Amino acid sequence: MLKFVARRLGVMVLTALALTFVVFYLTNLPPNLEKLARTEGSVRMTDQAVADWIVGNGHGGSVFGRYAEWIGIAPGWTLTDEKGVTRGRCIAAGSDPAAAPNYCGVLQGEWGFSTVFKKPVLESVLQKLGSTGWLMMWVMIVMVPVSLIMGVLSGMREGSRLDRSLSIIAIATTATPEYVSGVILVAIFASATAGISPILNEWGWISGRTLFLGTATSAMDGITFWNFALPVLTIALYGIGYIARMTRASMTEVMTQQYIRTARLKGVRFRDVVLKHALRNALIAPFTVIMLQFPWLLNGVVITEALFNYKGFGWTLVQAAGNNDIDLLLGCSVVAVLVVLVTQLISDIGYVFLNPRIRLA
Amino acid sequence: MNTELLSWGQIIARILQQFLPVWIALIITFTVSIRYKRKLGLYGKLFDSPVGMVGFLLVMFWVFTAIFADFIITLDPIAQFGRVKNPLPGTPLVDPKDGQYAYFLLGGDHLARDVFSRVVMGARRVLTIAPAATTFAFIMGATLGLPAGYFGGKLDTVLSFLANLVLAFPVILLFYLLVTPEIRNTGIPVVLAAVLFIFPVIFFCTLFNSRFFTNPPKRNLYVGITLVIGLWAYFGLAFNLDPLGVWSMDPNLLNVFVSVVFVNSPTVFRIVRGIVMDLKARDYVAAGQTRGESAWYIMLWEILPNARGPLIVDFCLRIGYTTILLGTLGFFGLGVSPESPDWGSTIDDGRKLLSLYLHPAITPALALMSLVLGLNLLADGLREESLKD
Repeated sequence: MLKFVARRLGVMVLTALALTFVVFYLTNLPPNLEKLARTEGSVRMTDQAVADWIVGNGHGGSVFGRYAEWIGIAPGWTLTDEKGVTRGRCIAAGSDPAAAPNYCGVLQGEWGFSTVFKKPVLESVLQKLGSTGWLMMWVMIVMVPVSLIMGVLSGMREGSRLDRSLSIIAIATTATPEYVSGVILVAIFASATAGISPILNEWGWISGRTLFLGTATSAMDGITFWNFALPVLTIALYGIGYIARMTRASMTEVMTQQYIRTARLKGVRFRDVVLKHALRNALIAPFTVIMLQFPWLLNGVVITEALFNYKGFGWTLVQAAGNNDIDLLLGCSVVAVLVVLVTQLISDIGYVFLNPRIRLA
Repeated sequence: MNTELLSWGQIIARILQQFLPVWIALIITFTVSIRYKRKLGLYGKLFDSPVGMVGFLLVMFWVFTAIFADFIITLDPIAQFGRVKNPLPGTPLVDPKDGQYAYFLLGGDHLARDVFSRVVMGARRVLTIAPAATTFAFIMGATLGLPAGYFGGKLDTVLSFLANLVLAFPVILLFYLLVTPEIRNTGIPVVLAAVLFIFPVIFFCTLFNSRFFTNPPKRNLYVGITLVIGLWAYFGLAFNLDPLGVWSMDPNLLNVFVSVVFVNSPTVFRIVRGIVMDLKARDYVAAGQTRGESAWYIMLWEILPNARGPLIVDFCLRIGYTTILLGTLGFFGLGVSPESPDWGSTIDDGRKLLSLYLHPAITPALALMSLVLGLNLLADGLREESLKD
């Protein structure tokens, strides 16, 4: 078991290094650096001045060297200009160059400075992650029970009418990406001119103009059912179908096993067979799927936060990418890659723990 | 001048009328298919499953819409009509020219472009890119997945690591990094295209060579044709070097296309690899090995045809998924020209005014949903029918 975890961790570190290098390479391409030079310096810089700015701010040299500096396994660059002022990656403006540390990369907690938000990347990423954490939490609270119940109900009697109708619903939700379901949900619940809000308003069932709020900006200050239901529902819907189908497949497989038949023949009630014999075994596969669903949720979070204007992690990523904020984009990528890899690891280890048939030496 | 809005009944009647070529084509397809369904193999069996039939109906509706788009559209999808922003469904044009369609059937968007025509034209764009990109992803996934599953060992370890690497990338981040205007100047899309587009040429050359190498004249003919057409298309599409100008791809489109193929192929690789690992223990593979067939012959002519069931099902699902990806790209305004009528960017344009005007966003949203739903139902029907054998 320990050896298995160690090998998985080794592959994970290798993957993380490879992925972050790709992101570093793609964000530090010459055109991006030139754009950065023109936004940080001046728009009317000559090409020569741009090249000088790039070299003068530590963006020259080989990409491998800069990557090592950024990670924090190579000493940060230092430059002394003709006036005798020493600047460098690790030297804060106005501080003593001699006192600055040699290494300052992601590993040391120096994630750089965001040019969009005008504050350290780590601070803004952590803050936004908090907001997204709330969103994710509610998504999980809605998505996991609903999809598991749907899957178990449709899988326990394969081919029944309940199974058919739940399967169609599951297929329909997987066919509806977030940017479609978001638009449709807003149209139905949060439009003052269409959907059900005007009707409810006329009947006097709701005091406001709409049943739910079409934007989630106010949820940044305080989460209420009114402003948070639609974003949560939008993300959850897309995942529900997928997890439900996986649960169904796993449930139907379990229901054909010998021990289920034995239990039935012993005269155990169908409800008890499902709850006591089938359920535990049927939930092993969905656990893996739910864990692997996180990378997908990330996708959904970006779309939904953009759609509902909720200033979380996804929204930050869009801002960083749209405004060529290299450090912030790198920070977001590190977080995204870590989330994906850690959930993969948890799903692998959890699978081994949950499934008694798998024993690793 | 006519200023009266059309009623919803009139709008629906007019839309049904515009789709006339599609209805005719659908009726012909379904009549012929149901009549001869016993002779049509798996495709015929589809018509035994109600779910599969509904899915097929939805998919074919959009396929025929894409084919007959020129006859269906009522107004020029990229032209702007009048100064009134976001005209409601059924609004008459301010001063229609002679012979011009006089109404915004499903309203207009914030630039007073006709929503109905844009959605219809968008179908054509989606239904050319999505199946093509999926096909490329499948050929690439198969070319790499077959040897990885069949030989195993180091090759498998390296290829699987690379596939997992791409899969661990959050898709949206990859799109933001790969589909930007700046990246075109660096030549990365062209390099990626050069790598991705060579796989079909390799695939078909190996396919024919492994089968016909005992019969050199026939082999030379097939491989020769593949090489001439394949490399001609290859240089045209990837490097824009086609001397005759038949094959070429807009740089923006190339960028989008390459990214979508790149994101899709590792999943296909994993599926193919898994199926091959399952099938290579079968008797017919052992028989082939005993006969002394080459490894590639066994992979391409013995294993691959036997893996077609799950692959066809996944192909349908994957076209739907690619459609969603293309929509995502459009939604974030990546890699598409602002005028382009594709569904994703139309939804993005429309959502900004969603609380006031629904129609510009909801029409493409429903269109995209129905197409993907159709593909998923079709895949479900195919899966059920192919399992019945």
